[in-house]
Parts: sequence; structure tokens; C-alpha cells
Amino acid sequence: MWSLFTSHASEFLTGFGWTILSSVIALIGSTILGLGFALLQIVPNRWANLVGKIYIEIVRNIPLLVITMFFYVVVANIFKLNGFISGTIGLTLYTSAFIAETIRAGINAVDSGQYEGGRANGMSWWETMRYIVLPQAIHLVIPPLGNQFVNLIKNSSVLAFVAGLDLMYQANMISQLTFDTFNPYIIVAIFYLMLTMPLSYYMRYLEEKNAH
Amino acid sequence: MSMIEFKDVEKYYGDFHALHDINLEVEAGETVVLLGPSGSGKSTLIRTINGLESIEGGQLIVNNQDLANPKTDLNRLRKDVGMVFQHFNLYDNKTILENIMIAPRLVLKRDEAENKETAMGLLERVGLTDQANKYPSQLSGGQKQRVAIARSLAMKPKALLFDEPTSALDPEMVNGVLKIMREIAQDSSMTMLVVTHEMGFAKQVADRVIFMADGKILEDAPTAKFFEHPEEERARQFLSQIVH
Repeated sequence: MWSLFTSHASEFLTGFGWTILSSVIALIGSTILGLGFALLQIVPNRWANLVGKIYIEIVRNIPLLVITMFFYVVVANIFKLNGFISGTIGLTLYTSAFIAETIRAGINAVDSGQYEGGRANGMSWWETMRYIVLPQAIHLVIPPLGNQFVNLIKNSSVLAFVAGLDLMYQANMISQLTFDTFNPYIIVAIFYLMLTMPLSYYMRYLEEKNAH
Repeated sequence: MSMIEFKDVEKYYGDFHALHDINLEVEAGETVVLLGPSGSGKSTLIRTINGLESIEGGQLIVNNQDLANPKTDLNRLRKDVGMVFQHFNLYDNKTILENIMIAPRLVLKRDEAENKETAMGLLERVGLTDQANKYPSQLSGGQKQRVAIARSLAMKPKALLFDEPTSALDPEMVNGVLKIMREIAQDSSMTMLVVTHEMGFAKQVADRVIFMADGKILEDAPTAKFFEHPEEERARQFLSQIVH
């Protein structure tokens, strides 16, 4: 296994790099989008609520692979998108629906008295959300959000299906080249663990820190 | 000039008729206490005044603004009409001082130095200067309610609504809160509406008593008259059940 790794180190490391890049972009993008769609669902405007709900229901109920293929095959015909970009967009949108639901649940879990206090105090809906409700909601959703982030990293392996150059893609390539259908995937699994384990532990640390 | 005016106001929660043909006028500077058995609509009524509850019929004018009109800017209205809640509703993620300073900063754009001075002055008034940098979870119920009152006063409102401000407090905490409310009531320019079960406070401070049951106003009388000669049978029953 070690010799397989050393002889293909640059491919593995390249894949690791693309996996990290895709994950970081999708993590930031899906958090921003997720927060946006969570707010869209609770803003006091029925049309906005409907738009938010439709987006979330559609996106989270379609397999990630289908969304990704849609961007790689259909959208890439109109706009020039390579596999990495299509895959990262698919990953971002898919994850954003789950993050939106997670954040919305967090907002709903904040005592409604906090919101009423802010509104009765003269603050606008947005001011009350921004300064009072959201900070408390984010606090509550750190553990489930951490799970979403770990899922996101694992789901980034979808890039392999659209030639996204990521870890999983490299494992497939090396496997085909060397006829070794075992070791490349073990090595890739270790790389994924190097990303997800520290993240899991960090999230647990945040959770425990917040509990006090 | 009337500060608050209800005309034939109706309110429903689904099929439940929460407020029945409410007619009520409160003059600027008046202190009015709302009494009645639980579930009579007192809290609902007081919550319509700052738009926390909508109304389904009639007219409600508060500080010259029409609450039946969906275009009315509730944020503007709430600058002038503060509210103190049964469960305090202090911002759990903010310090005591920030709880008081945040709305004047954001809503009134009050200068930061002046804002802090006002907030510290109010904390002194409610006897909590030493708690300024603590968080709400570190305070007792009575202290929280005093902060909540200070928070409302920081907006320099024309009217204050109190929704059972002492009902969630331990008995030994009640007097500290009532004392502050009494002081506010003495300010002749402040309009106060208080939902409470504190009869002593009502007798001592209220100009008028409104008695509600089943979503209706059954009696609206000067305080002394209400306690000595209540006209309605339901009001008499209610008063006789209160242990003095």
C-alpha cells in the first residue's frame, strides 16, 4: 500500500487538494445560501416563505448525484462548466437545503419571547433576527451543523462522477491504471478521515465549550 | 387627548372569539389596571396595543396611529409604546447593559456616550448598577424584571404596557418591581396599562380599573368605585375570591 501511495503520491495529493478546495467552497457557499433560505422561510412574507419552501423541498429530495449530473450535463451545455465546478455547485446547492432546514430548526428553537422582546422594544424584524435570535440560534445548531459539514466533505466524492479531479476520482484512475481495486480506496479513505475526524472533534469541542 | 382608543374591536384565534366588541379609551398620563379571571382576554387586549396581536374588526388608534391599517409602521409605534412581559424576555445573548442600550442605539440612533449614560442612570433607578455586565441568566426573576422595565424606559416611551409583570416572580421579589412601577405611575406624562393580579397595587396606583371576562369588558370604573361598589356580579365574585 505504501509503495502504491509513493508511486502515485502526486495524484493522491492533487485529489486531496481538489477535495479540500471543493469542500471549502461548498461549505462557505452552502452556509450562506442555507442561512438565506432559512430566513426566506420565516420572513413575514408569504411569497418569500413559499419560494424558500419550494427550493428546500425540491433540492433536498433529489439525489446529490442527479443534481450534480444536471449541472455537468445540462447546465454545462449553456455555460462552460468543467467537472470540478459542476460538482461543487451541485454539492453547494444540495447541502444548502439541509443547512437551511438545520438553521430554521435552530431559529424555531429560540424562545419566541426573545423575538417578541426585540419587536416590542422597537427593533425591526431584521434587527431582531440579526442581533437577538440568530446569534442564539447559531449557538444551538453548531452540533447539527457540524454533522452537515462532515456529510458535505464525504459527499464531495460525487465529484468523481463528473471528472471533478477529487480524491475519489484519483482513486478510480489509479485503480484502473494499476488493476489494484483495493489499496487506492483504502488510501483515499484515510485521506477523508484526515479531514472529517478533526472536524468532528472540533465540533464536539465547540459543543462542549458552549454547554458551559 | 386619548393615547389609546379601541372602537368595537374584535379579535379571533381561529374560531375562538378572544376579544368581543372592545370599547376603551385611555388618556395620556392615565394609569389603568386590567383585572379579570385568567383567560378573560386581558393579555390579548394589551398585546393588540403594540401590534403583537392583530385585530380582526373595529378600530384601534394608539398614539394617533391606526393599528387596523396594515400600512401602519409598527416599529415607529413601538418606539413610543414599551412593553414589559410576564417572562421578562430579556435578550439572553446580551449583557444587562446591552439589553438596555441595543434598541436606543439601533432604533433611535442615540449617541453611544449618551446611550450609556441613560442606561446606567436607569440601572441606578432600578437599583442594579452592579449587575451591568452580567447576563440575564445570572440574575433573579425580580432583577430581570427590573432590567426589563429599565429597557423599556430607555426608549423614552409615552406609554408602557405591563403584561402580568409580577406573576412569574417569587413572592419576595414582587415588591421591588411594584415599587418601581409605582414610581413610574407617578410621572404624570406616562400612560400605563397594567394587567395584574396585585390588588394592593391596583387600589393604590390605578386611576381606573377595567374588569374583563370572556373577552368582554364588563366594567370600566374609577378605582375606588370599582373596589367599593362593583356593579357587575362577575366583578363582585372575582373580588370576593381574592384573598386579602
